[in-house]
Amino acid sequence: MPEESDVVDALSNLKPLSLHVPEPKFRPGDAVDFADVEVPAAGSVRRPDTLAPAQDFTDLAYTMVRVLDEDGQAVGPWNPQLSPDRLRRMLRDMAMVRAFDERMFRAQRQGKTSFYMKSLGEEAVAIAAAHALDDEDMCFPSYRQQGLLIARGCPLVDMMNQIYSNTGDKLQGKQLPIMYSEKRFGFFSISGNLTTQYPQAVGWAMASASKGDTRIAATWCGEGSTAEGDFHSALTFATVYRAPVIFNVVNNQWAISSFSGFAGAEATTFAARAIGYGIAGLRVDGNDALAVYAATAWAAERARTNAGPTLIEHFTYRAEGHSTSDDPTQYRSAGEPTAWPLGDPIRRLKDHLIALGEWDEDRQAAMDREVAEAVKTAQKEAEKNGILGHGLHQPLDTLFDGVFEEMPWHLREQRQQMIDEETASGRPWARK
Amino acid sequence: MTDTIEQPVDDTTTRMNMIQAINSAMDVTMARDPAIVVMGEDVGYFGGVFRATAGLQKKYGKTRVFDTPITECGIIGVAVGMGAYGLRPVPEIQFADYIYPALDQLVSEAARLRYRSGGEFTAPLTVRSPFGGGIFGGQTHSQSPEGIFTHVSGVKTVIPSTPYDAKGLLIAAIEDNDPVIFFEPKRIYNGPFNGHWDRPAENWSKHPGGAVPEGYYTIPLGKANVVRAGEAVTMLAYGTMVHVCAQVVADTGVDAEIVDLRTLVPLDIETIEASVKKTGRCMIVHEATRTSGFGAELAALVQERCFYHLEAPVVRVTGFDTPYPHSLEWAYFPGPVRIGQALKKILKD
Ligand SMILES: Cc1ncc(C[n+]2csc(CCOP(=O)(O)OP(=O)(O)O)c2C)c(N)n1
Ligand SMILES: [Mg+2]
Repeated sequence: MPEESDVVDALSNLKPLSLHVPEPKFRPGDAVDFADVEVPAAGSVRRPDTLAPAQDFTDLAYTMVRVLDEDGQAVGPWNPQLSPDRLRRMLRDMAMVRAFDERMFRAQRQGKTSFYMKSLGEEAVAIAAAHALDDEDMCFPSYRQQGLLIARGCPLVDMMNQIYSNTGDKLQGKQLPIMYSEKRFGFFSISGNLTTQYPQAVGWAMASASKGDTRIAATWCGEGSTAEGDFHSALTFATVYRAPVIFNVVNNQWAISSFSGFAGAEATTFAARAIGYGIAGLRVDGNDALAVYAATAWAAERARTNAGPTLIEHFTYRAEGHSTSDDPTQYRSAGEPTAWPLGDPIRRLKDHLIALGEWDEDRQAAMDREVAEAVKTAQKEAEKNGILGHGLHQPLDTLFDGVFEEMPWHLREQRQQMIDEETASGRPWARK
Repeated sequence: MTDTIEQPVDDTTTRMNMIQAINSAMDVTMARDPAIVVMGEDVGYFGGVFRATAGLQKKYGKTRVFDTPITECGIIGVAVGMGAYGLRPVPEIQFADYIYPALDQLVSEAARLRYRSGGEFTAPLTVRSPFGGGIFGGQTHSQSPEGIFTHVSGVKTVIPSTPYDAKGLLIAAIEDNDPVIFFEPKRIYNGPFNGHWDRPAENWSKHPGGAVPEGYYTIPLGKANVVRAGEAVTMLAYGTMVHVCAQVVADTGVDAEIVDLRTLVPLDIETIEASVKKTGRCMIVHEATRTSGFGAELAALVQERCFYHLEAPVVRVTGFDTPYPHSLEWAYFPGPVRIGQALKKILKD
């Protein structure tokens, strides 16, 4: 607009302002080149003592902790030196998550449920963390950490029952699929509202500390969700009370159709969010299960020794759509998932085990068949309890359970009204 | 059919669904007024998760149509600031269920800015947000929080029931100098919904409300629409429930007068009063939970103004006072059975 700027110039001799609106590098149809993603060599980042104050290692928020190198070797100070047995269990858990996701995504497409969300390409983030934490530590996840449940041994059938909202669903079909609640596995009830779990994790951790407990809390959110106010409230509380909590930011580059630049990634890293709060910040290769394990173990040790909270940015990539409701070809280049420089977390751990002489392609293939079979068997079992659909609902009178501990008069009245309606409809539904 | 709508300026009509009509409203107003900006999560390049802003960024550029960080309080707070500068922001909140983080900016700031600054500053925002259930969205993609906003002084609340109304009302809302919450009933984005979830879905192609002028027109805020004239009972409804009421009336043959409120605040009290005084009976239908819902306000108003004309107690038909369930969605939804039973009762009383 030349006329406008002329006016501004004449008045003040200042250059007109302009508004910056971020734009991702690639859109549908673009050739993808991730050459500008800086990937430091595995093993090149120092590992400070866990008791060191946060300001002593601000550099760790701007680099990337990596353990697995290009040849499948585990190198450098962050190598957690895990036993081959542990490595194989982590590998199997990741494969299980992938097989589970695949099957449940398909179930949604077959009309067996309303909704599903995969974690393809991000499996290491939840699995390695679950292996590094104690089973007693409390997790406040987002919707993409199904790996925590699988690693902690939650029966697949129970997860599927929830996804199908069927008669085996202990949440009584009240929640959207994948919004699990599994207290017995230290897994907090998932909310549909982003980042609400962050301050809740801090509260749990503060309570644990104030009671002289030994358990710590960990929480997860996506990079897009770091924009929510709750994220910042959580970090403030955590630093003030030195809460024994681990903040995980899963930077999978996309928040539905918005790239990480809309959460501030053009200007700095997500790990660097920690610095202003005086919290330890680590940035790790999220597709490197050993790096995620090592970072989580380091942060857990800090928390357990009252050295304070840690924020870990897991640099990864959302290899598929946001959910079953999403079509990523509408907004990003189809070439991105394959061009992603940090590779496939399952393949990388597999290569490492093979390099150690502790694994081979045949065993991998057998394991893949075995997990696929386990998922299939669980699915058959779960479907005996019904799938989401008209006519196979939860028992009708459960609708009013759990609003309050005790049902007040108005809910009792409304429940009776609902039952009268059902009778009048001439189509009786299942009862308790 | 009585219609209180004035003639559109440009009467070339096209068939549109509600999303297209909403898109067209933003398009038409943006072309007329460079102060209008559209913002929200995923609304830019992608055009919104329901595609309501599709094509707008391409047409009007990234500084007028842009994606935002995922922070609803940020979105509304920034919109208030842009409004203070002189822009006319149209922020989208992706689902009404996610509007709560923005409550402080809406309730304490946008709604009171004119009052507390002696009119120096105003907040001419129109907050668009899909609301309501019936899509198996569970408790965080189904809520109807309109009663929270009608309770706040200084903010207008608008809810359309057809593509035609959606466009005319949205243009009026955008041009209004006060903050407007514009709740879009997502269950009827693609077609009217008669409450029978087990019947084939309809689209807007045959509904009179699906004929939408391509150009500019407005439907004034604060004007209800009598979608069916009748003598036996007045049914007050808005959004999706207008269509469910119409189906029940068609099925039962009751000579009901259906009033589509269209704007909850400011309310078209004259139309309501005239109708209830004529029929002597009033039934209120909304999908939102019952206790302290907007129906309670309507019942109080009708009682205050029409008491001596009432031949039966005012009846409310609503969602139950539970969170919106996932699998038992249709037991929760105030569908044809619930409305039909209430209709029987009010006519007997
Ligand atoms: C308060 C709130 N606002 C908006 C949404 C809608 N929403 C759901 S997921 C999502 C994107 C989140 O992206 P990110 O945090 O990066 O996590 P990712 O999905 O990539 O794991 C949005 C905007 C929501 N669920 N809650
Ligand atoms: Mg993300």
